[in-house]
Amino acid sequence: MLLIPCPHCGERAQTEFTYRGDATVERPHAEDSAEKWYDYVYTRDNPRGEHTEWWHHTSGCRRWFKVRRNTWTHEILGSESANSDNNRE
Amino acid sequence: MLKVFSKNQYSGLSLARNALSRHRKWPRVWRDPEPKNSYDVVIIGAGGHGLATAYYLAELHGVKNIAVLEKGWLGGGNTGRNTTIVRSNYLLDGNAKFYEHSLKLWESLSQQLNYNVMFSQRGVLNLAHSDPEMESFSIRGNAMRFNGIDAELLLADQVRRSVPYLDCSQNTRYPIFGGLLQKRGGTARHDAVAWGFARCADAHGVDIIQNCEVTGFKMTGNKVTAVETSRGEIQTGKVGLAVAGNSGRLAAMAGLKLPIESHVLQAVVTEPLKPILDTVVTSGASHVYISQTDKGEVLFGGDLDFYNSYAQRGNLPRVEYVVQSVLTLFPCLSRVRMMRTWGGVMDMSMDGSPIIGKTPIDGLYLNSGWCYGGFKATPGSGWCFAHTIAHDQPHMLNEPFSLERFSSGALLDEKGSGAFPNAH
Repeated sequence: MLLIPCPHCGERAQTEFTYRGDATVERPHAEDSAEKWYDYVYTRDNPRGEHTEWWHHTSGCRRWFKVRRNTWTHEILGSESANSDNNRE
Repeated sequence: MLKVFSKNQYSGLSLARNALSRHRKWPRVWRDPEPKNSYDVVIIGAGGHGLATAYYLAELHGVKNIAVLEKGWLGGGNTGRNTTIVRSNYLLDGNAKFYEHSLKLWESLSQQLNYNVMFSQRGVLNLAHSDPEMESFSIRGNAMRFNGIDAELLLADQVRRSVPYLDCSQNTRYPIFGGLLQKRGGTARHDAVAWGFARCADAHGVDIIQNCEVTGFKMTGNKVTAVETSRGEIQTGKVGLAVAGNSGRLAAMAGLKLPIESHVLQAVVTEPLKPILDTVVTSGASHVYISQTDKGEVLFGGDLDFYNSYAQRGNLPRVEYVVQSVLTLFPCLSRVRMMRTWGGVMDMSMDGSPIIGKTPIDGLYLNSGWCYGGFKATPGSGWCFAHTIAHDQPHMLNEPFSLERFSSGALLDEKGSGAFPNAH
């Protein structure tokens, strides 16, 4: 059982959550090139190691947030709320 | 094949001869060579797909100087971790033709390899739990028959009679409305497939080099010239990646970013039982697939754990869910003990179909993205990949599985799940 640290509710069992995937991909603007859109929709870095990813606390506060987790060891390295990334517009 | 094994051909006679020496004089099945400085073709990954590729390159395309590199041991990845199901019950043309070609290769594989892969055409039965699901099965069954593949739509009563231990009552979470049966589908002995291909490839002079991890590629311009490994640099003009689970990582070493995520998929076996199930039963209601092995264990698997993972192990909530799904269908198994669970790393592609073909880098070929279903494709995948590498262009059968289909839009999304790799 993974214990997912929800930034709003604390550590909870993984069964309360839904997984979405890589949280580092950024949605391009509508007028951006087809290559950029291809990259956004399809390709992933898929690292073996640290991965920043979206989780949703489906059976809890129902908020999306980011978890940093090692995909090789399943070690959880931290979490932060969805709007904590200053790079996002 | 016979000419290759003039001396070491397996037969009733060789069995009798070796019985006389108390089975102490069987020859080695494959060599353990040191890597040479250069090869015409280097295949990375000595699982079923990589070994099949090397075998077909030597057998059908006359390529002589081939190495298969393996970071661990032969057949120790997903070849040794799957649920051994073989089938070709696909709806989409590209998938149907490719998997049917593979199934046809399975049907004569033991003879072709002179190695018993224990291919057992015990049938694969997909259960339907609603009228709409019966409708969709009839569409798929008809599509299969148009493609020359066997398919039979069974009604609930026919399912009940053919699988007597299945809970076909109305008093269950997922009542059974019928099923789609592919009689030519079945199971095979997964390890034997790797061993059989390895033995034949070795007999053709292919060097199978275990404990040899690839750490990088050398390129001149846009062309591969060498592979860097934990056992030194190997010169080669053609490299085939057959490392499903780790395709993204290997491709990244060559500067490619793939439409793939790696996920962990678990499987379970119970203690051995007397024969109770003589076919493969699958259900899409909770996603589970069940068969009984020749040893008597009930073998089953279900969904991914759903989060990205390179760990060859998963977590218990998924195991519990899959066990519940099995018990819903087969309540008679409720007191059977679970013997082992394990996990394998899947290349989950963005449309649920594999990628077999060329890459933007000259001399680098890709065989990846097998999702849940790589095992059944083993001979067909090796066959198509060998053709692609030998001719530097895909065969008609694997043309639809190009990497470019994601940018061109010609996706092969059998399930219609969209670009959500863990949903396929």
